[in-house]
Amino acid sequence: MSFRLETGGRLIDRGAPRRFAFDGVECTGFAGDTLAAALLANDHMMVGRSFKYHRPRGLVASGVEEPNALVGLGIGGRFEPNQRATMTELFDGLVAESQNRFPSLAFDVGAVNARLARFLPAGFYYKTFLWPRAFWKHVYEPVIRQSAGLGQAPTETDPDAYEHFHAHVDLLVIGGGIAGLQAALSAAQSGAQVLLIEQTAHWGGRAPVDGVIVDGMPAGAWVAQTVAALQAMDNVHLRLRMQGTGVFDHGYVLAHERLTDHAPDAPGPRHRLWKIRAQQIVTATGAIERPLAFPGNDVPGVMLASAMRDYVVNWAVAPGRRTVVVTNNDDAYRTALALLDAGLEVPAILDARDAADGPLPQQARARGIPVRTGRAVVKVKGTTRVKGVGIGNAGGIGLATDTIACDAVAMSGGWSPVVHLWSHCGGKLTWDNTHAMFRPDPDRAPTGADGQPFVHVAGSANGALHATDCLDDAARAAVAAAAALGHQITAQPPRADAPAEAPMQPVWVMPGRASPAQRMKMFLDYQNDVKVSDVQLAAREGYESVEHTKRYTTLGMATDQGKLSNINGLAILADSLGAEIPQVGTTTFRPPYTPLTFGAIAGEARGDLFQPVRKTPMHDWHTEQGAVFEPVGQWRRPYAYPRKGESRAQAVQREVSNTRENVGLLDASTLGKLLVTGPDAAEFLDRVYTNMMSTLKPGRCRYGLMCSENGFLMDDGVVARLSEDSFLCHTTSGGAEHVHAHLEEWLQTEWWDLKVHVINLTEQFAQVAVVGPKARVLLDRLGGMDLSREALSFMGWVEGELAGIPARVYRISFSGELSFEVAVPAGQGRAFWDACLDAGADLGVAPYGTEALHIMRAEKGFIMIGDETDGTVIPQDLGLDWAVSKKKADFIGKRAQERVHMTDPDRWKLVGLETLDGSVLPDGAYAVDDGLNANGQCNTQGRVTSTYHSPTLGRGIAMGLVRHGPDRMGEVLNFMRTDGRTQPARIVSPVFYDPEGEKQNV
Amino acid sequence: MLRLTCPYCGAAADETELTPGGEAHLTRHGPGSSDEAFEGYLFLRKNPYGVHFERWRHAHGCGKWFHAARDTRSLQVFGTYSAQVTRPPQDIIDRIAATHPGFDWEAGQ
Repeated sequence: MSFRLETGGRLIDRGAPRRFAFDGVECTGFAGDTLAAALLANDHMMVGRSFKYHRPRGLVASGVEEPNALVGLGIGGRFEPNQRATMTELFDGLVAESQNRFPSLAFDVGAVNARLARFLPAGFYYKTFLWPRAFWKHVYEPVIRQSAGLGQAPTETDPDAYEHFHAHVDLLVIGGGIAGLQAALSAAQSGAQVLLIEQTAHWGGRAPVDGVIVDGMPAGAWVAQTVAALQAMDNVHLRLRMQGTGVFDHGYVLAHERLTDHAPDAPGPRHRLWKIRAQQIVTATGAIERPLAFPGNDVPGVMLASAMRDYVVNWAVAPGRRTVVVTNNDDAYRTALALLDAGLEVPAILDARDAADGPLPQQARARGIPVRTGRAVVKVKGTTRVKGVGIGNAGGIGLATDTIACDAVAMSGGWSPVVHLWSHCGGKLTWDNTHAMFRPDPDRAPTGADGQPFVHVAGSANGALHATDCLDDAARAAVAAAAALGHQITAQPPRADAPAEAPMQPVWVMPGRASPAQRMKMFLDYQNDVKVSDVQLAAREGYESVEHTKRYTTLGMATDQGKLSNINGLAILADSLGAEIPQVGTTTFRPPYTPLTFGAIAGEARGDLFQPVRKTPMHDWHTEQGAVFEPVGQWRRPYAYPRKGESRAQAVQREVSNTRENVGLLDASTLGKLLVTGPDAAEFLDRVYTNMMSTLKPGRCRYGLMCSENGFLMDDGVVARLSEDSFLCHTTSGGAEHVHAHLEEWLQTEWWDLKVHVINLTEQFAQVAVVGPKARVLLDRLGGMDLSREALSFMGWVEGELAGIPARVYRISFSGELSFEVAVPAGQGRAFWDACLDAGADLGVAPYGTEALHIMRAEKGFIMIGDETDGTVIPQDLGLDWAVSKKKADFIGKRAQERVHMTDPDRWKLVGLETLDGSVLPDGAYAVDDGLNANGQCNTQGRVTSTYHSPTLGRGIAMGLVRHGPDRMGEVLNFMRTDGRTQPARIVSPVFYDPEGEKQNV
Repeated sequence: MLRLTCPYCGAAADETELTPGGEAHLTRHGPGSSDEAFEGYLFLRKNPYGVHFERWRHAHGCGKWFHAARDTRSLQVFGTYSAQVTRPPQDIIDRIAATHPGFDWEAGQ
């Protein structure tokens, strides 16, 4: 059993008990505990079940690399799945639950998978669920979905706050172990601005646990002294609980700071995402111990040797009373000694090497621990916890010569430097044969904007595993980083003393000639249940690339991203392929180093702050009237104004009828308004519109089409010529910024000789469309301008004052009715709107929304960008050939429209559609044609682009694109409905209402 | 995230402050051009792992389009310059040649 020791624990405060709940059971720990340590102290040796086989799993590690101890943390809106117990600091009232088990951790139905393990090898899903195809949707998918996913997604809104923070520093040091501290201290003496960050809640890393002596004092004391020295420096900032998440181009670093995870009642944001621009970066990210691949290496109680040392020294927690240590290096002997120091038993150290004569093994022997060289664990007894180990020859076939009873196993397969941050932005690795590890290749560093390296690696992250080398290496990194910043410093690192270590010996499979059955119990990726046998199977099946093997076996694809065992896995792959490890290489290291929360990524950008909402000057009035809004770009436009007792649909129908019979008001302020001015403005507009704009007379308006260079229709709107050298170009509501950018691009990058400038005036003006047979009467009542047919003819504009408000009146119509669009200064928009309502009260004036606008334009056969167009439609498809100039030598899109595909007579063209029974066609429906295509689907010959119920005509109307459509008037097509049946509709003219245009010309 | 200095306003701008415009120094082919020339202009783009000339707009800044010469492999930026030229400035070409011996801008066109 695991339990709390009577004494010790450098990080805990025994005077401050902390209560928490795990799977509903009340437990107690101490302030300073991690949840992992507190669980062990409460004998929760088993903390979860594995993803695929649901095998019982216990803690393996003590840090970010932990693959097994993933818990659901918190309740309600604060619930989060997949939180690592090793990185969770204990607080009073913490609530955690285990994952991937049903109905309980101890009794789990899914555990049947473990007995089926033989039938669930690598690639099982790919192979099994391929055929029959008919089973995909209704048989395989539900089954796979049921078993997929780790943890439960939270269902409530997260009540916490998150924020983003920008920082610019000369030097960022990532990692607060002795290497990081020393690098920061050395570099800071140059006067450079230094930011030092550490992912845990404590400075110093492993050195205090490992008993390193620095500068003649215990590492812990040196760490405290150095942190104090750094804190006293104005040019140094230190942050705990902050992880370097990713290193990106040009010294950009994302870092994730957890501010209140350990103190949930504290004020302020929970997490902060730092966006750091660092001139230079030192990564002192340490190293992670590798497991050994022996049969049963996943039974709860089998733990990394370094992690066990951490639990004993930092938190005074013992994973067991009798621990067998199994290793291929000297470092693990420290664990044996630490266990003895804590009064625990170590019945044996099994060393796979033939000899172990270094100072640490000698010390272990001197203290009475049997050291057995050339030996290996060949079997682990127990299922939910270790009961003993079988021992055999390290190079043997797995026969146990004897067994030792024990309740824990400490394993060490050597160390892997944490090279992630070095690799994110292109740093390359080199294979270090001595330590059997990849370490950063200093000749192939990530380079910055000046082409020079900007990342330097310090300490064990650089492969300097021994404490003495580690501090020297940190000083070297500091000198290099300072030099890159233009500072000459000399670093005199203190001496770090620790016993010398004999070379390790790589052991990838233990025992060396294990049987296939044993290899099926040797776990590499604990979280995804990838075993030695899976990697070997992948190699046999022809997977040679490490990237393919990773995806086939899922090795390293779990939330821990293979921090523990990726090297083990690729060593086994290399062995199976008969290749060298460096030739097989590593998979790509990608950010984030460990998962960060969506909250941190989103920061403040949520709810009302997700993106700005644009409101017209009349927005408040719309809101007061109970308008239903719809988003148009970032604008909110009234969709309709339902009255009491009215449905939306009824409101829309009423608005259409009222506008056609009386007078309606539309808030058209959102229309884009671009002022194009300059001596060459007319020439410029001739090039960007498909039609001729230079012939437009001042005082007149013209409908214009804008295409992209590949010929497709992009935007439309009315252009008013204000003067000889000035035009006001209206764009769609959603298109103003995009069209403005388009014009700027051509002016700046292609036609920079033209003397033209473009200003976006969209928000300068409120615009009201006064529409309907009584529109002129209403405006006349406002007084101030002659808007008679003679004074202002169709497609003309005039300036003056209406109701005392400066106004520009355009006589244009998007509804087919008598229509005036009145632009007034934005600040007076609401006053003008109110004046119109007052003046028209007895005329039946009422506002109408965008849906009524849509119906009225469809009744007239006017196209709408985004409905009739989708980025593949050219003006000629829409019968707009009249608006495409044949005289102009060039305009944007002209050449593209000459391409063979664009002039193909089979292109689908715009027509009107009406159902035979007056019903409304489904939007987007396709017209079926004879025969089937290569996929066995119906051929198609057209589709619906706009469809509405017309209150004016009392039946459904639609527009659509149909092959040879305009030549097929009267023909009936069948449109596919979502219920699988077809709906017949007749091809008609797209102009359903007032085809002669008499109503707008009064 | 790249950082490029806008040659117009002088701001060292994060990539998020810019909008990308693809390959620089394209010659426009309009009406009258051959299908081949037009295809090349409209669709065919270089995608080098190495020296590249790009168009960027300081969209969330001064609004100006500019050109950048950089190495897509090393991320080295050789310089940014006006978009209203048909050839990179000589000092930028020289800077590229310093790290890429034998670099010939004309030959790449």
